[in-house]
Amino acid sequence: MPRTLFDKIWEFHCVGRRADDRDLIYIDRHVLHELHAHHAFAQLRKQNRDVRRADLTFAVQDHTVATTPGRDDDTNPSGTAFLKAMREGCRQYGIRLFDIDDPDQGISHVVAPELGMVLPGATHAVPDSHASTVGGLGALAFGCGTSELAHILATQVMALKRPKRMRVRLDGRLGAHINAKDVALRLIADLGVSGARGYVVEYGGAAVAAMPIEQRMTLCNLNIEMGGRSGFVAPDDATFAWIEGRPFAPRGALWDRALDHWRTLVTDADAVFDREVILDCAALEPQISWGTDPSQVIGISGCVPEAAAVEPSRRAAAEAAFAYMDLAPGTPLMGLPVGRVFIGSCTNSRLPDLQAAAAVVRGRRVANGVVAMVVPGSSTVKREAEAAGLDRIFRDAGFFWGESGCSMCAGGNGDRGLPGERVVSTTNRNFENRQGLRVRTHLASPATAAASAIAGRIADVRHLLAGAA
Amino acid sequence: MQPFTNHTGIAAPLLLDDINTDQIAPILQSRGLKDDYRVVLFNRARWHEDGSENPDFVLNKPQFRAAGILVTGQNFGAGSSRESAVWSMLANNIRVVVAKSFADIYRENCLQNGVLPVVLGPEDADAFIARVVATDGAAPFTVDLVTQRISGPGGPDIVFDIAGPDRTRLLEGLDDIGLTLKHMDEIVSWEGRAAVSQPWLQGANDNRR
Repeated sequence: MPRTLFDKIWEFHCVGRRADDRDLIYIDRHVLHELHAHHAFAQLRKQNRDVRRADLTFAVQDHTVATTPGRDDDTNPSGTAFLKAMREGCRQYGIRLFDIDDPDQGISHVVAPELGMVLPGATHAVPDSHASTVGGLGALAFGCGTSELAHILATQVMALKRPKRMRVRLDGRLGAHINAKDVALRLIADLGVSGARGYVVEYGGAAVAAMPIEQRMTLCNLNIEMGGRSGFVAPDDATFAWIEGRPFAPRGALWDRALDHWRTLVTDADAVFDREVILDCAALEPQISWGTDPSQVIGISGCVPEAAAVEPSRRAAAEAAFAYMDLAPGTPLMGLPVGRVFIGSCTNSRLPDLQAAAAVVRGRRVANGVVAMVVPGSSTVKREAEAAGLDRIFRDAGFFWGESGCSMCAGGNGDRGLPGERVVSTTNRNFENRQGLRVRTHLASPATAAASAIAGRIADVRHLLAGAA
Repeated sequence: MQPFTNHTGIAAPLLLDDINTDQIAPILQSRGLKDDYRVVLFNRARWHEDGSENPDFVLNKPQFRAAGILVTGQNFGAGSSRESAVWSMLANNIRVVVAKSFADIYRENCLQNGVLPVVLGPEDADAFIARVVATDGAAPFTVDLVTQRISGPGGPDIVFDIAGPDRTRLLEGLDDIGLTLKHMDEIVSWEGRAAVSQPWLQGANDNRR
């Protein structure tokens, strides 16, 4: 019987079925972060259990670390206890920790792929809803809660109900300065914030095939924002080339064997999906969120919808969003003054994201009164960006250039907007108060964020660059 | 885990869709390893920035201050995987959430903690919501997992569905890790097979070292 790639990965990793009808799915790589891990360590201690496969478990400090240059444990006082508890837990259980001063430190979803821990056809778990970022490499990744995290530590498996299968085919060639962030925002707008609930999504089509690996990660990162259980792109030659030679990737004869296997990781021609979605990306313009959930999105040249144009069941939410965002229905976003711009997070903090932003910023200055920040997704990205001179471009333009971490995405490290501030952010959630009290978040791509920082207003990057030509 | 058999409490209506975990359990500016989850729950909605209570928020209304059941819309618990969004329910003795649907990870987190996630179909949900609104906290409802019934003022019992294994797990308060450890032989033999068929999966070595 023809099978989807999801079925193949799931069935290979299915260890057995539990009495409660859940499949036990083996987790090949498990990556922890300090915001949640200490609860799980405490649970293990209480139950006198050990970590079963510390050799397949890794840990990073990302959610609470300060981004200030020269940072230490105490730079963000509300993070100190978390950093220390993580260190203590990792020491006790023999888990390799990428600590605050480690050259490989960074956001788990950035670090695990760039170190080659994540492999095609492998399973991966992180106690974070954006775990499926690494689906960009063809891995099947699951976000989990804290109890599930303790469960994986103790057993190396996750007890899961088998999700349904969705295929999203992204057709067409993306226009200049349009990337995976714009595609994902459009998709979430079309399907809604629970449109993929209960599904594992396989992304494919011409637009995906043409995407660099980092953009595939951005696409898979945002899968949870439409409620998806996981999301991935089948691996191809670009994937294999990206992984080869990375520190934890297999080498030599083992690499050759792995590669032979990875080339079989495709959905069979006649395999059936529970749902199929097609989006033509050819005419897509830069996308930006106007509201307080990631489905409230318009094209950059569009207008905030009129209440009457919103589907009745979503109207109350739209009305609340108009008020929170201080927006009049039917008006454009373009031209609205912004107070702050944030470029970073597991969604958009890899080197090509920073390159896209730097290409916009180069030779320009951040508008007066705008606070603009770039926070690389890992210390490695930061070093590579500095070697390429990107930090100079950003700093010369008036951007803050930070140390790596989750930073303003959820504000867990104290990086937040001011009350009422309008922010253009390359992150993943525009929920009320997430980036600071009353902060009004507009989600957008790195290029759009950079253009808005320069203009001091929500801007169309294509206009800005055309004006310069 | 604390077993769940039945729970009687005031049912509070929070009739919005897509309530996310940043709303349920916001990351507060000052926090520690173990927050006071009683205060975390819907913190931004319950208190104004100056620390005063928001009298308009449902859980601050006199008749709902001791609510034990939360009644809400579609896709409850969307967003971040943070389990504090369930712990903060427990800390406030809210042991049942009745919704039109739940976000996947949130529902799992409920099952891990002895919080009963009840999903009602559209008709039952609307009928129940109407009764909850009409009752306005004047009398409690009882949610019984043994009989799978919600009973209370304003109408007949409402029968709800829940997957049998999830029901058993809640009723017996089964230890999730314990359930899996019964399969340790299978896990070990899987590892043995994988080490042969896909050996790169069973080791993660830093080749720089």
